[in-house]
Amino acid sequence: MSETPQNEKIPRNADSWATPVDKMEVGDVPDSAMNLNVQGRRPTGPLQGFGQLWQKTYSIRLADITVSPTKVISEWKAHFPEFWPDGNNFYGPLQGVQPGEVALLNLSMPGGAKLSTGVRVIYADEESFSFMTPQGHMFSGMITFSAYDDDGVTVIQIQALIRASDPVIEVSFRLGFGHKQEDQFWFDTLSNLAAHFDSQGQQPTLSTVCVDKRVQWSEASNVWHNSAIRSAVYTPVHFTKRLFSRA
Amino acid sequence: MVETKVSMEVRSPETGISVVDIHGDLTGTSEDILMAAYEEASNGQASSIILNFTDLDYMNSSGIGLLVTMLIRTQRKKQALLAYGLSEHYRQIFDLTRLNEAIGIYADEATALAAAN
Repeated sequence: MSETPQNEKIPRNADSWATPVDKMEVGDVPDSAMNLNVQGRRPTGPLQGFGQLWQKTYSIRLADITVSPTKVISEWKAHFPEFWPDGNNFYGPLQGVQPGEVALLNLSMPGGAKLSTGVRVIYADEESFSFMTPQGHMFSGMITFSAYDDDGVTVIQIQALIRASDPVIEVSFRLGFGHKQEDQFWFDTLSNLAAHFDSQGQQPTLSTVCVDKRVQWSEASNVWHNSAIRSAVYTPVHFTKRLFSRA
Repeated sequence: MVETKVSMEVRSPETGISVVDIHGDLTGTSEDILMAAYEEASNGQASSIILNFTDLDYMNSSGIGLLVTMLIRTQRKKQALLAYGLSEHYRQIFDLTRLNEAIGIYADEATALAAAN
């Protein structure tokens, strides 16, 4: 679908982008982590999922403190896992968020279950960074984390451009609890990040736009890769392995 | 306020085809300008929209997000979305984000126009 390029200018942010890959490769992760549903999976974007396409923008204004957007992003990239809600783990490289890196995620699910999935960093500069998801992640899409100055106030923003990956996840979105869980996760993350900078009492906000109301039936077979189902099936094996590794 | 460093012109080299010339930076702050350009490009009932990236200086991941949104709008209207003038670097970005699976990428305007016809 492409022909030889004409323009060979190198943009100033060329190093901020990851290189394309066909499959994700997971690096070293702790033995205690459930390493499932990421290795060898293809990255997916907002065009590949099954469900309706949503643009969800979470933001928080740091109106009571002075901190530059670049300082916010620098700290966020360096300590990304620390701002996640309790019970959720982000196993990324020690040097922080960098283009091309793959992180393993172990997320808390209702009933105490764990869900194993991941993300790939596709972009990272001084003002923003972005992730794409692997096949089987709850969402197909991109999530961009950024900070900017708005009339002297630093605003932190998370913008997700996502579709439910498969029909099962889409049902959870249609029933509302998929959205609720996702929204609470990012509200908590923004509040934790604001608290890190000693900003108190600021409330995160959410703006939601349904970009595409259609579902993509051609992507329904993504359910085969559903990380929640696969994690649930694998969980007894994971805990048995951990039990015997301690013995 | 957040500064916008992009400008866009719309032209119609052939009936039913609009070209959007993008100059400068395509970032999250470009949304209003890009969508206004798209509306102008669609006004003449264009069946194909061609994005000219020859004078693109910079694009970040938010800019890619805007292109996804624009692509969805064209699909809704059953329009084809094509692009030309992308540097090798940005061709890789289209590959990375898998936009190249939905947007036809061409070397120059002549080949893009030929494909649109």
